[in-house]
Amino acid sequence: MKARSATSFILPSDKLNSLIHSLQQAGYQVVGPVIVDQAIIYDQIKSADDLPQGWTDEQEAGRYRLKRRQDAAYFGFNVGPNSWKKYLQLPRRQVWQAHKTADGIEIEPVNAAITPLAFLGVRSCELHAIAIQDRVFLSGEYHNEDYKQRRQSIFTVAVNCTQAAATCFCTSMNTGPAVSLPCDLEITEIINDNEHYFLLRSGSEKGQLILQQLPVTPATSAHQQQEKTAINQAEKQMSVGPRVFDSSDLQALLYRNYENPLWSDIAQRCLSCANCTMVCPTCFCSSVEDTTDLSGDHAERWEQWDSCFTADFSYIHGGSVRPDTRSRYRQWMTHKLATWHEQFNTSGCVGCGRCIAWCPVGIDITEEIVRFQESDTP
Amino acid sequence: MIPDIFYVKRRTEEYPGTFTLHIKKKDDQPQTSFQPGQFNMLYAFGAGEVPISMSGAPHSTSVYIHTIRTVGLTTQALERLREGDQLGVRGPFGRGWPVEKTTGKTIVIIAGGLGLAPLRPLIYHLLSKNRDATDIHIFYGAKSQPEMLYSDELKNWAQQLTLQTSVDMATPGWQGNVGAVTSLLTTAKIDPENTIAFICGPEVMMRFAIQELIKKNLPRTSIYLSMERNMKCATGHCGHCQWGPTFICKDGPVFCYEEIHDWFHRTEV
Amino acid sequence: MKTIAALLHEHPFFAGMKDEYIQLIAGCAVNHIFNQGEYIAKESDAADYFYLIRNGRVSIETSQPNYGAVILQTLQDGDICGWSWLFPPHCWTFDAKAQTKVHTIKLDGRCLRGKCADDTQLGFDLMQRFARIMTERLQATRLQLLNIYGRPENNKDQEI
Repeated sequence: MKARSATSFILPSDKLNSLIHSLQQAGYQVVGPVIVDQAIIYDQIKSADDLPQGWTDEQEAGRYRLKRRQDAAYFGFNVGPNSWKKYLQLPRRQVWQAHKTADGIEIEPVNAAITPLAFLGVRSCELHAIAIQDRVFLSGEYHNEDYKQRRQSIFTVAVNCTQAAATCFCTSMNTGPAVSLPCDLEITEIINDNEHYFLLRSGSEKGQLILQQLPVTPATSAHQQQEKTAINQAEKQMSVGPRVFDSSDLQALLYRNYENPLWSDIAQRCLSCANCTMVCPTCFCSSVEDTTDLSGDHAERWEQWDSCFTADFSYIHGGSVRPDTRSRYRQWMTHKLATWHEQFNTSGCVGCGRCIAWCPVGIDITEEIVRFQESDTP
Repeated sequence: MIPDIFYVKRRTEEYPGTFTLHIKKKDDQPQTSFQPGQFNMLYAFGAGEVPISMSGAPHSTSVYIHTIRTVGLTTQALERLREGDQLGVRGPFGRGWPVEKTTGKTIVIIAGGLGLAPLRPLIYHLLSKNRDATDIHIFYGAKSQPEMLYSDELKNWAQQLTLQTSVDMATPGWQGNVGAVTSLLTTAKIDPENTIAFICGPEVMMRFAIQELIKKNLPRTSIYLSMERNMKCATGHCGHCQWGPTFICKDGPVFCYEEIHDWFHRTEV
Repeated sequence: MKTIAALLHEHPFFAGMKDEYIQLIAGCAVNHIFNQGEYIAKESDAADYFYLIRNGRVSIETSQPNYGAVILQTLQDGDICGWSWLFPPHCWTFDAKAQTKVHTIKLDGRCLRGKCADDTQLGFDLMQRFARIMTERLQATRLQLLNIYGRPENNKDQEI
């Protein structure tokens, strides 16, 4: 856990709206967790009433259910099928439009107006996921300008996890549960027998400006101790497993096991449905589609999320380079945990567990890692 | 990244289904120079975009040359372009042939089929240098004589540098070599200390060519090849052209064999 | 003028062979020049010789009705032509024709068969050299069969 140098403050739980309103006043559209179709997803938040207060998510391999909590916690769940990437790398967006003119063709970019967003309730693993996508889109010779502008305009309210879903394994990937990357505001929700409050800390000047407007009081060392205990609770839940493994050697492990028959075994179960890539907060692949209208004089280019599990993904003349589920799953997992390191100097996995819960046949990446480790002969 | 508008200055047919476009920027504005081995993304209005290798003279800021084979909707749309017609161009992209490593070396260029196109800028570059051109050895294989690229130029090159061609199928009247292009290598004399090899063609041909070069003790560090995958964005963001730890569009398409030999011999990567 | 033994030494086919064997083989070898268009071998004729190509181009051909000669492969400087002399019934399986003026060293297979039978070490050495060439030609033929430059059937885009 990182050293907490910034001063901590206390915001009573019934004053949570003051945070949301301050963000709105500052020009942000607030997005955060809401319940839609029996899942907690991210959508627009008008007030604290929109939050999934008193609900939690019960997760297992191939299973996700909402359940009532015994208390009135606002952030008493972990992660759902959405990630913040849907606001930064849009699932579908128009890139350009082209027209036939009297003397040829012209192409012009489509620059959508960008609303500054405040992300309310970003988990530590999700901050790591955003940082990983930053490396993909902003670190190379070419920058993704749309992503860059969206990314620059966000305000992050991060939440320390005080509980872990069964599918969580952030401790194995060193990304949580305590907030361990910069954010604008960091909050921890504390509920005990007679209190329900948020511990707040600012992590940036923007955060400080918002914090100043809130009806907060300085936190005592007792409060801070409660916070520590609460976060330790999440860590403890994960430490008793079963999704605990040593992630230090995954790159070499997967390179050594590129031809391991286990890939065929996984392929027997995998449906190549692409769910894991859609829910993954770091998967960044996209494809483009060019279209014309009926007159043939106007053309558009659209970009949308794509997945390495589709047949078209690796198509070169004559066929797909990765023709079957075995090679596609191998690509996905080897990319996430091994080649990603070479490409972006980081793992592509943050341990959020979404791919485990949302796999229709319950393939569990952590279980597969352990199977590779067990069958490995270095 | 929005394409610049170019127009077709000249169009030539190499053989049925394969054509070459000479394109210039609209209003004849100067174009970015490029490294041999790089590629452009060519956009046919409304049909799509395809990565096509540069095959003209590098450092030319007046025209780009692209040789294209018709295999899909986008290349069909490009095939329909006539002189004066416009298209979109993004580029140049990618890492090209390491021209700086050619000084003082014997050059071995092995090309198969359309693989000659991305090597032609390298050949132009070498010919522009004041060097002994007979020390440039080109081995070019194609299916048959009518399907050889740049036939007039091949005749000129044969006068200047050491060119050997071979076809898989002899058509009537063909007086040259018949057999896999790699057969030409088996009897070729190569000084492993002082040679650098550049290969482009179908992957299986490149594997056989590399085998022959390795048999002749050419070190892996002296072998370069150009890879092909499904490139879409060309900027390393869309993920399609991933090949092991690399993105072909930005880390390639040209690779040193030493860097990628582990992945090169694996299938379905 | 170089001796036959010196010419054999220079040819890649005999690279690294013991001098003693070279001398032995030289006893079965003579220089021979084929003019352009001349047949070196005709299908089903007795295969009593094989040739080291010093320079020039030789085509291996077969003929089909209504089509004429089909060139299957060409051989050039440093290649060898012919291994039918090694195996009964010692008949050529294809035609071999000089496409240019071809300088060869002509080796008498009958003479060599006798020497190999007398000295199995020599026989093994020679057989290894032929086996390597056969492997290379088989590999090249397989590559030719793949039609690697062919146009794909499917209608999709590709890079060149």
